[in-house]
Amino acid sequence: MAELHLEEMSSQYFDVLKEIGNIGAGNATTALSQLLNEKVDMKVPQVKVLDFDEVGASIGGEELVMAGIYLMVEGDITGSIMFLCEERAAHSLVARLMGMEDDGSGQFDEIQLSALKEIGNIITGAYLNALSMLTNMKIYPSVPDVSIDMAGAILSVPAIEFGAVGDKILLIQTQFSDDVAIDGYFILVPDLESHDKIMRSLGM
Amino acid sequence: MGEIIKVGMADLKICVSPNAVTTLGLGSCVGIAIRDPKTGIGGLAHVMLPDSTQIKDNKNIPKFADTGIEELVKQIVAAGASKTRLVAKIAGGAQMFAFQSNNALVRVGERNVAASKKKLQELHIPLLAEDTGENYGRTVVFYPESGDFIIRSVGKPEKVI
Repeated sequence: MAELHLEEMSSQYFDVLKEIGNIGAGNATTALSQLLNEKVDMKVPQVKVLDFDEVGASIGGEELVMAGIYLMVEGDITGSIMFLCEERAAHSLVARLMGMEDDGSGQFDEIQLSALKEIGNIITGAYLNALSMLTNMKIYPSVPDVSIDMAGAILSVPAIEFGAVGDKILLIQTQFSDDVAIDGYFILVPDLESHDKIMRSLGM
Repeated sequence: MGEIIKVGMADLKICVSPNAVTTLGLGSCVGIAIRDPKTGIGGLAHVMLPDSTQIKDNKNIPKFADTGIEELVKQIVAAGASKTRLVAKIAGGAQMFAFQSNNALVRVGERNVAASKKKLQELHIPLLAEDTGENYGRTVVFYPESGDFIIRSVGKPEKVI
């Protein structure tokens, strides 16, 4: 079925994406815990299919300043993946990774941005591993890039990719917590053929 | 002070002064503000993609620069504005991530801006000002009465074009 739309996505396929989200977020939590050398808990992820105009509100407003780490995906499936968290949480993660005091504000310097990219790399990598293992497909992420900006502006990038094929966006929300709760969001945008491949590889 | 009407992503709204229209966090999308200075009737479209003819599933009119601008003009004129007096300003079309260029959606921000300008030209609507490109998001507010197009970005002073 080449004509897949998120609107018409079968509940079975939706469950699969949800389950990949669960496993991926679990992997990401373990990775994060190892990276920070701290215990990190995770709540059950929520998978949502949203209209474009609902996305901003569902993550706390279009103007909320967030850190978005974005990677292109190649291999058996092609597309992109993004990890998003609030700027505040990004500062906290970076400070702990680097063993520094969290000043909790201000600009990220080059080294901090680089650390943030690495966090995004590891978290999205863990997620993609889950997808790769479940589907038995090769998935190669590109080097990450990061943007600290308004949620709406960052989200416009995956939204436009979804927009080329439909009017909805698939968002996986995961809450990590240790000292502070961190709301993290994954957005995976496989292209149409990749949806097809994912389903076929799972025998659907 | 009037009311400020919110325009979502892939959406358009018209308003009459003293009301204003706003859209939050424009990234690679483009905000097209059009008004008739005499009547104070105007509107704002938040488009995501340049060209509806390149996309199979193109029923969502405000999603595309070509159909979105056409529809915005239609609604503004239907509200009582004169088509010959219309003027436009645009903002957005940023490239949020550096490596987007190897994507199938090559430089979509830039293409959104180009497509918006092309459509405005086709409709003979003068483009008075723009704040486009770069790599940051923009929140915009448009006042059809004065034509002020206010642009806010993270860590930058407010701009009026």
